[in-house]
Amino acid sequence: MPSPDLDGPLLDDLAGAVLDEVRRQAGTDAAATVRAERSTLALTRFADSAIHQNVADEQVTVHLQLTVDGGRTATAATTRSRTEAVADLVAATLAAARLRPRDPSWPGLGEPAPLTSAGSPDEATAAASPADRAAGVAAFVAATGGLSAAGFVQTAALSTVLADTAGRHLYGATTSAICDGIARLSGADGVARSMSARLADLDCAALGARAAAKARAGVDAVPVEPGAYPVVLEPAAVADLVGGLVSGQFNGKAVVDGTSGLRLGDQQFDQAVTLADDPSAGVGLPFDTEGTPTARTELVRDGVPVGLTTDRRTAAALDRTPSGHASDVSATWGPVAGDPALSPGSGGSVADLVGGLERGLLVSDLWYTRVVEARRSVWTGLTRNGVWLVEDGQVVAPVSTLRFTQSYLEALAPGAVVVGSEVDPQPYRLMGPMGYNRVAVPAVRLAAWNITGNAAG
Amino acid sequence: MSIANEPGGGSAVEPAAFEAATAAVEAALAAGARYADARLVDRRHESMTARDGDVRSLSQTASVGLGVRALVGSSWGFAALGDPAGDADARRTGARATAIAQASAAVPGPPMELVGVPAVQADWASECLEDPFAVPLAEKGDLLTGVTATMRAAGVAVAEALHQAWDTRTAFVSSEGARIGQHIRETGAGMHCLTVGDGETQRRSYPAFRGQYGTRGWELVRELDLPGHADRIAAECQELLTAPPCPSSETTLLLGGEQMSLQIHESVGHAIELDRILGWEAAFAGTSWLDLTQLGSLRFGSELMNITIDPTLPGALGSFGYDDEGTPATARDAVRNGIWVGVLAGRDSAALAGLGYAGSVRADGYARLPMVRMTNVGLEPGPHTLEEMIAATDDGVLMEHNRSWSIDDRRLNFQFGCEIGWEVRNGRKGRMLKNPSYTGIGPRFWSSLDMLAGRAPGEWRAWGTPNCGKGQPGQVGHTGHGAAPARFSGVRVGVRS
Repeated sequence: MPSPDLDGPLLDDLAGAVLDEVRRQAGTDAAATVRAERSTLALTRFADSAIHQNVADEQVTVHLQLTVDGGRTATAATTRSRTEAVADLVAATLAAARLRPRDPSWPGLGEPAPLTSAGSPDEATAAASPADRAAGVAAFVAATGGLSAAGFVQTAALSTVLADTAGRHLYGATTSAICDGIARLSGADGVARSMSARLADLDCAALGARAAAKARAGVDAVPVEPGAYPVVLEPAAVADLVGGLVSGQFNGKAVVDGTSGLRLGDQQFDQAVTLADDPSAGVGLPFDTEGTPTARTELVRDGVPVGLTTDRRTAAALDRTPSGHASDVSATWGPVAGDPALSPGSGGSVADLVGGLERGLLVSDLWYTRVVEARRSVWTGLTRNGVWLVEDGQVVAPVSTLRFTQSYLEALAPGAVVVGSEVDPQPYRLMGPMGYNRVAVPAVRLAAWNITGNAAG
Repeated sequence: MSIANEPGGGSAVEPAAFEAATAAVEAALAAGARYADARLVDRRHESMTARDGDVRSLSQTASVGLGVRALVGSSWGFAALGDPAGDADARRTGARATAIAQASAAVPGPPMELVGVPAVQADWASECLEDPFAVPLAEKGDLLTGVTATMRAAGVAVAEALHQAWDTRTAFVSSEGARIGQHIRETGAGMHCLTVGDGETQRRSYPAFRGQYGTRGWELVRELDLPGHADRIAAECQELLTAPPCPSSETTLLLGGEQMSLQIHESVGHAIELDRILGWEAAFAGTSWLDLTQLGSLRFGSELMNITIDPTLPGALGSFGYDDEGTPATARDAVRNGIWVGVLAGRDSAALAGLGYAGSVRADGYARLPMVRMTNVGLEPGPHTLEEMIAATDDGVLMEHNRSWSIDDRRLNFQFGCEIGWEVRNGRKGRMLKNPSYTGIGPRFWSSLDMLAGRAPGEWRAWGTPNCGKGQPGQVGHTGHGAAPARFSGVRVGVRS
């Protein structure tokens, strides 16, 4: 298992060997950034209340970005880490870089900058055993009270050394743990999930009990007609809403490309909306893949978009300072927030938010959401794991699966939002290095959500 | 540990790779497993992107490692290790897989056996006329920068192009005596452009929205003729900004072959995955509306609907010689004359379901657990041509090239958006329509299939999908889908927000 004490020297040696090889093969004018990473990922899945898949992998990966002639760049990565493999990696990358045309917009290497931390890995999480994860599964399953349960418990650890020819030498490490499951009863599913940097923070039994209660409340669902409904979105659904906005709207590449409909400086959202990317509270590393330190990036303040996520290329194009959001895929998909957090509001609990609905829907989770119109951030998707009809502030009936087609930007328009008070960190995929990111969100109540279909089509 | 890169012939897998896999299997058995298999996988990947006339990224990755499955009672364990240093690392990984399986037994499932497969000792390689890794990078760069420069010069806001290639060599060993070497090369490319209007963006792609891919060499890219289509898609992309929107109505829908491939992938391919049907993916990928008690009798679609599972299709992206459980590639029916008759299965899921066949289990590299995946799930060509379908349509919409896709967790309720549409009136293709979309319910939609093309040369094609996501930890699968243009009646189109 990765250990900061052991991994630092090991990864240091590896990164140093790659840089030495770069200087030897490419000369001292070459610009190179090396990341040596040691990762472990262990995941225990269960279905029908039994563990059916149980995996663990560990690997060391070396990433090299090499630029010659001030703009001929190639990147490469390998899981081979022995001496001859290092020489091969540099030779192949150098050959590729020399064959590339010079990129006039190459942003260069960053300046050395101090880190705010070296990350906050949890030793116990890094060392978690298959038995520890199985115990989490057993607790979740037992707490469902005999319902059929499915889901997973994951522990992951990542240690990284980043070094470059400009003299930067950074070390960071992180861990994460997830418990995520559903309980199933007569065609109704209820969900509960949570994510933390520490396995010990997760209460799998409480999650199982919550999922079971949701499933029991979802039996005998009825259809409702399409139309615009006021909704309360529970944290799992809000994670999708926030995930869609940070990936498609606050992403610097989307702004450069013109596919973002964000209006920086305008009161585009309700005053209750304050959104930031906050790696210090999440499970990200303290620097990005270009070595830029990560820090809290304010994205929306009191309903006004004020920030973007950028890497060095998009920052240069937008005449901004890089925000520390480069990733292995940011050249293709753009720099995306890794630890988004929607600040809690004054709306109270989910029950409080539901109490304010005259007639509307309570939605647990969203599924298979895809962009229909990029600039308006129109997404289509489905409800999943429970939706309920609310009348006069009371849940009156479970509702069958619904399709929506909704602008995420417009859903948060001024006057349309009440934000709950209880933040519930959710696992959500945002291109993070360990598969899942932590999205810290409360529930929200929205004035309108456009339902465009039901189980009947 | 590595696998030799020798051109020609079979898989060229080194004996040392088999030795490592064998050591891992032996160690898993010694630790208490009743079955074990191991794959030593050596994979190279190259990706180049260009944007607006410049190469934007060039990435090359190499991964080599060992993945071991162990079965203890009815419980599985899987362990993977990158770049094992030798016999000791291999044995440690095998023993770890068994230890994980033993931990799984703390929350056990029902008794489980494996469908039998012959203990094959074989060697297989996909056909590759022109090794994509041997094509000079400069030539690839010239191709991609050239087409993006052409599109930009034609006035679009953003022009991007991409090529990818994979070279994967696998040594597979099982405790039942299988020993299989396999070498698969996959290649693909594509391009797209964006235009930005007042509050909207439009996109056009060629040949498909993610490109076209196959288990072939660079000859696939040459056949695509990207330069020959750059001006056309740039012009269409600009024309879309001023085109009228697709009307909201219930009408006759004609779909191009590329969009049909995704329709098949999402509403048929995933629905017939046996792990979903059994509930193994209930918490993540989802389940299926299909009920095993209706296998052989359920009407999935119209008589024109004939879906095959065929990993033997030469050059298609989901083709192989043996799956990652060592089962030989075999073609079988999934839907015949509209009746559901087959599933995508693995050795454990098939045995649990009482079926006698497996063959659709694959893993995304050494570090991921083999699981039920699509291979080539395709629609057989039909008796019509696109021209005939248009001529036979009084009022409808023709849509091409996927832009968005969404489907529920039982694979019933779907909504697709396409890049471009055209009115079809009185048997003729009319004006261009922007933002076309359609929605429906799987079996009802497939039952409305009333005309199917494929008779004219080039109408039926095995499209490749290089990014099918499934599994936890996440895996990216490469799948193939034979498809041709098709016509459906009474479909809801023009879904609005």
